[in-house]
Order: sequence, then C-alpha cells, then structure tokens
Amino acid sequence: MPRLLRSSGLVEDDWRRLAPEEQDFGGQRILVPLDTWLTHREALLERVPQRIGIWLDGDQEPDAIANDLARFGCIAIHFPAFTDGRGFSCARLLRERYGYCGELRAIGDILPDQLHYLWRCGFDAFELPDEVSLDTALDCLGAFSASYQSAVREAARG
Amino acid sequence: MYRYDDRDRTLVRERVRQFRGQTERYLAGELSDDQFRPLRLQNGLYIQRLAPMLRISIPYGLISATQLRRLARIARVYDKGYAHFTTRQNVQFNWPRLEEIPDILEELAEVEMHAIQTSGNCVRNITTDEFAGVAPDEVEDPRPWCELVRQWATFHPEFAFLPRKFKIAISGSEQDRAAIQVHDVGLELYRNAAGEVRIRVFVGGGLGRTPMLGEVIREHLEPRHLRTYLDAILRIYNRYGRRDNKHKARIKIVVKAWGAEEFARRVEREWQHLKDGPNTVTEAELGHFRSFFTAPEYRDPEPNTEAEIQAQTGADRAFARWLERNVRPHRVPGYAAVTLSLKPVGVPPGDVTDAQLEAIADLAETFSLGQARVTHHQNLVFADVRRADLYRLWRELKTLGFATPTIGTLGDIICCPGGDFCSLANAKSIPIAEAIQREFDDLDYLYDLGDLSLNISGCMNACGHHHVGNIGILGVDKKGEEFYQIQIGGAAGSDATLGQVLGPSFYAPEVPRVIGRILETYVRIRHEDETFIETCRRVGVAPFKEWVYAKAA
Ligand code: SF4
Repeated sequence: MPRLLRSSGLVEDDWRRLAPEEQDFGGQRILVPLDTWLTHREALLERVPQRIGIWLDGDQEPDAIANDLARFGCIAIHFPAFTDGRGFSCARLLRERYGYCGELRAIGDILPDQLHYLWRCGFDAFELPDEVSLDTALDCLGAFSASYQSAVREAARG
Repeated sequence: MYRYDDRDRTLVRERVRQFRGQTERYLAGELSDDQFRPLRLQNGLYIQRLAPMLRISIPYGLISATQLRRLARIARVYDKGYAHFTTRQNVQFNWPRLEEIPDILEELAEVEMHAIQTSGNCVRNITTDEFAGVAPDEVEDPRPWCELVRQWATFHPEFAFLPRKFKIAISGSEQDRAAIQVHDVGLELYRNAAGEVRIRVFVGGGLGRTPMLGEVIREHLEPRHLRTYLDAILRIYNRYGRRDNKHKARIKIVVKAWGAEEFARRVEREWQHLKDGPNTVTEAELGHFRSFFTAPEYRDPEPNTEAEIQAQTGADRAFARWLERNVRPHRVPGYAAVTLSLKPVGVPPGDVTDAQLEAIADLAETFSLGQARVTHHQNLVFADVRRADLYRLWRELKTLGFATPTIGTLGDIICCPGGDFCSLANAKSIPIAEAIQREFDDLDYLYDLGDLSLNISGCMNACGHHHVGNIGILGVDKKGEEFYQIQIGGAAGSDATLGQVLGPSFYAPEVPRVIGRILETYVRIRHEDETFIETCRRVGVAPFKEWVYAKAA
C-alpha cells in the first residue's frame, strides 16, 4: 500500500482507486479513471460531491473535465514512467487554466527527486514508494529555495 | 559579463547539495542505474566508454580568466590534465571520478559555473554568436537575451522531463553565426522599421538522424512576450512530442508531422492563455540583463597603429597570414576580435591542457579585458583586442601553439570526440581529422582553397555537425567495421543548407584521398573568386561524385 505525502505529513491513502474497467462504484471516496467518468458521468453525478475524484494519465486532455472540477475532492495524475514529463504540464493546466483548487496528486512512477518540481507545478500530494524515507522526501521537496520563473506556486504568491 | 546575484548563488549551491545527495543515494544503492541516469545527465554527467564524462556549461560561450583558471585546476586535480571544448560552447572533462563530481561542482560554483542541464531531456545551454557585442554587423547584442532565456530555462519545473533534449540558439546580427536554423528553437533578433527589437522565431531545426532546417512560426514577436511564447512552444512539445521512439522524439518530428503552420496555430492557441501572464518580461528586467553587457571603456586608437601593422606584415609573412585568417574586424575602431585556433595538427580539435588554459587566462587578462569566448567551431575568441597589441599577442599565441592561421579553412576542422571517447560512436573521428590535417598542411594550398568547412561526426547524432559542413564526414558502422560516408554542399549560417551524400562510404585510409579528389574537382571547375560552397551550389554533386568514384586510369 503506497503511502501518501501531504502537507500534513505521511498518511494512509483514504481514497480507493478504481482500475480502468472497474464498475464497482462503492466506497467512501473513490478515484475514478477519466474514461470511466466520461462514460458513466450521469450515474457518478449522483454521488456526494467531493467524495469522488478522477485519475488520469499525463497524456489525457484535462479539458474533458474542465466544467466538472468543482465536484472533485481529488484529482490524481498518473505517471507511467518518471521520465514522462507530460503530467507536469497537465497539472499546470488544471491549476492555472481551469482553476482547480482541490487536492492534486502525483501517482505512479515518480522519484522523490521530482517532488520539488511537481509541487511547483501545482501538486500537493504525492504517492511515495515504501523504500523512500520521509526524510529523503522532505529534503527533495525543499531542494530549492528560489526560482527563476513563475509556475503555480510563484503565481499564487503573486 | 553576467555576474551572479544572491538568487543565482543560492540556486547553484542548492544544486550542488542536491546532486551530492543523489550521488550518495546512488552509491548506497537507493537509486537504481535507471533512476540515477536522468538525474546525473541533468548535471552533465555521462558514463562513457572509458570513464565518466562531465560536461560543464559555459553559458553562451562566455568565460572569464578566473573561470579558465578554475577549469585548469579541475583538469589538473580531478582529470588527466586537459579539457575538451565542444561544438555547443561547453567544456568537457573525460576522466573525472564519480565520487568526486560533487566536489568538482562545488569548485565550479565558487567561480559562478555549473553543469546544470548540459545533458538530458531538458532545455540545454543557450548558444550564440561568438562575436556578440563586437561584430560590426550586429543589430542587437544577443547576450542579455541569452541570459534571460538561460534563467527562464534553468530549473523550469514543467520542462525537465521532455521527450528529448532541447537546444536554443540566439542571433542578433545580419550574418547568422549561431546556426539558429539547426536548433530546436532559433531566435533571430532584428529591428523593425521603427527601430524596435523584434524576434523571429524558428522552430524544428536540428541535425542528427533526420536533419532539418527550422521554420519560422512567428515573424515579429515582441520582446516582452519571449518567455510566455517559449512556454507555449515547450508545453506543446512536452505534451505532444513523441515518447515512443527516441529517434523520433525531437520537436522537429512534431513540426514535420503537423506542418509548420498547424504547429504555429497550436502554439498560438496555447500562448493566448499564457500571454501577459506573470512570466511577461518587463522593461526593468531587460534593462537589468542589458546592464551586464554594456560596452567597456574602449581606448582611442593610436595614430600610427595601422602603419606599424603594415610594417609588421611586410616583415613577417606568418603574421600577415594570421591577420588575414584569425583576426576579424571589431565594431570599435582600433580594436579587433582574435580567434585562437585549438586545432594545431596532431591534437584532437578542441583539446587544451591545464597549463594552456592558464596561459590563455593570462593572455585574456593582458589583451582582452579578462574574458574569452568558446566558439561552436571549438576554438576560442578574444573579442576585445587592441589592434596595437596584435603583433605582441600573435607572438605569444605562436609560442603556445594557438596561432595556427587556418581559421575558416580546411584546417579548421570541427570534430566530435567519436569512437576514442564516446560510447555512442560508430567510428573514430579524431584520427580522421588528423589524417586530413596532415595530408593538407600546405598553407598556400589551404589559402587557395579559401573558406571551406569540414565537419566530422562519429555517428548519426551529429555532434560534429557534419550535415552543415561544406564537406561533411559521418562515421558509419557496416557489419562491425568502421566506414565513412562523405557529403558535400552543407552550410551553416544565414543560408543554412544540408549537405548531400556523395555515394558509397569509404575505409578510413581512403578518406584523405577522397577529400583530395573533391578539392581537385573544385579547383578545376570553380569560377574566379567562387568559394567551395558557391561552386557546389552552382554545379551540384555530380562532378564531384564522378571524380571521387572514377576508376584509376
Ligand atoms: S556524433 Fe556520435 S560519436 Fe560523435 S560525440 Fe556525438 S554521439 Fe558521440
């Protein structure tokens, strides 16, 4: 069970992630694949807002959910490989273009060494593999204390 | 020259600390080879055929005497006593030890240098004209713009894991000396009718397996939009560049697949959201960057300098030759720009020893305001030499072996490290360069041939820019044997052209003879005052091909 790094520290994940074909929508909080959401939107809309979240791959188009963002308690962007940087752009689009303000998670293959950039692009929760210590993760998260360009965090500071 | 402020210093220090941590975790087995690779590459560290190779950034080629001395020290303490200047205005060390890399980075940070993003799938070192700021044909000094783009690209959180590497070059003169059309993005600074700076944006150029020239996607970008427009280009590339095939992952493939027009349209659409956002360049910022590159206090020319030079050239033919080939005009009367040739016969192009680096640092201080530039021809330039000092400088350079008067001729070969060092190579390149230099070492013949570039790459990655050499040589592998494919008609610069392959490739020992036949053909058919490339353009490859492949009578 991967642990989750939030600003509050390392926590157990309280969201159940549905597999791509899965149609069992039970559970307190569920993370639904983007395609499942698009196909079953009507049914899923009946759920309590904020108890539903979406997960998508970095190569999927976030504008498909642009109008529903307020409903989601969580959006997770999946990195198929840590070298695949599409999720960084996807995160900024969700935050800056579509104004999403809920939890934005990085899941899949990510290195602690990427946490700082992920955070700057708007992520605020990170799935951590077991072998990564909290110390390493926090150290990586705060790797730099300054920046040359404005991304999500810098723009917010204004 | 740009000087670090607190932010630069902090970031470079934090980077050293970060990399030290990564190296320790790697050595402790916490990071696998595959995980460490992209991290170390973004710090310029390759694991090569024989040892690690560390590539150090020389932002847009500018280097101070202090920095040169530090490179000398690093060469001596951590390496085998020499450094290698590359075609991308960087410097490489071929023998450092992995454990010591963080120490080297710390030594570099002390003199405002680093190895950040000198490799890996990110935005690389920005390159420009080695005569920036002093060229008579300059319309806008590209250096402040280079620094602006350098900062934008450094630790850009969104673009550190692109499909592939990303190279940007900037030119601000009539003659493009930065080869902007063979970069992922090329920026041409020019002035509009009202005298304001505008930027012409080329995208999708590049060499390698699929050589292509960049296409213009925006004719007159206003300076304040530079960063947001680059953000838009990079975002489109990051999201839609191919990641399934390393050989099709450069931005040029997207540009080609969509067509330049459609690509421009997509960028434009993305840009509409970013335009005028927080990354907009302010006048104050531009002024700040420009303030580092204001003209130094030039001295007035002395009245009898030119007469003296005339007397010196009359007395010393070697000096005259050097003046003709290695010295260029400067926009300020009484000054000149001098190219130091790093290509004496028998030394791999671009290689210098620690002692030589120190000597160059001394000379830079005496003769050129304490600075030098690295050129993409793998030479060095002293940009601000008083004409009155030329003779004295020449004698010093001659003693050091940097006065080979062959700049711009066949002797000034561009050559990648090739099979002697590089693990990607198909064939050796340095011995080929040397064989050609030895075969054609008669200066009178070289001068008679005139301007002629010969570029050699050890594989399709084209680090030696063989496609844009007037003569290009590419190492190929045929069933485990090293062969060389030869092409002609390539050119870099404002009239960039890709060369055409002559025909079947050759064994190494045949190469000098083949080059000889190409040259003979040129000499035979050239019109008066026609350069090699002009002849190629007029007649095409056929006459060259015919003589190269003619059976011995
Ligand atoms: S062209 Fe090929 S052989 Fe030469 S340095 Fe580049 S990768 Fe290595």
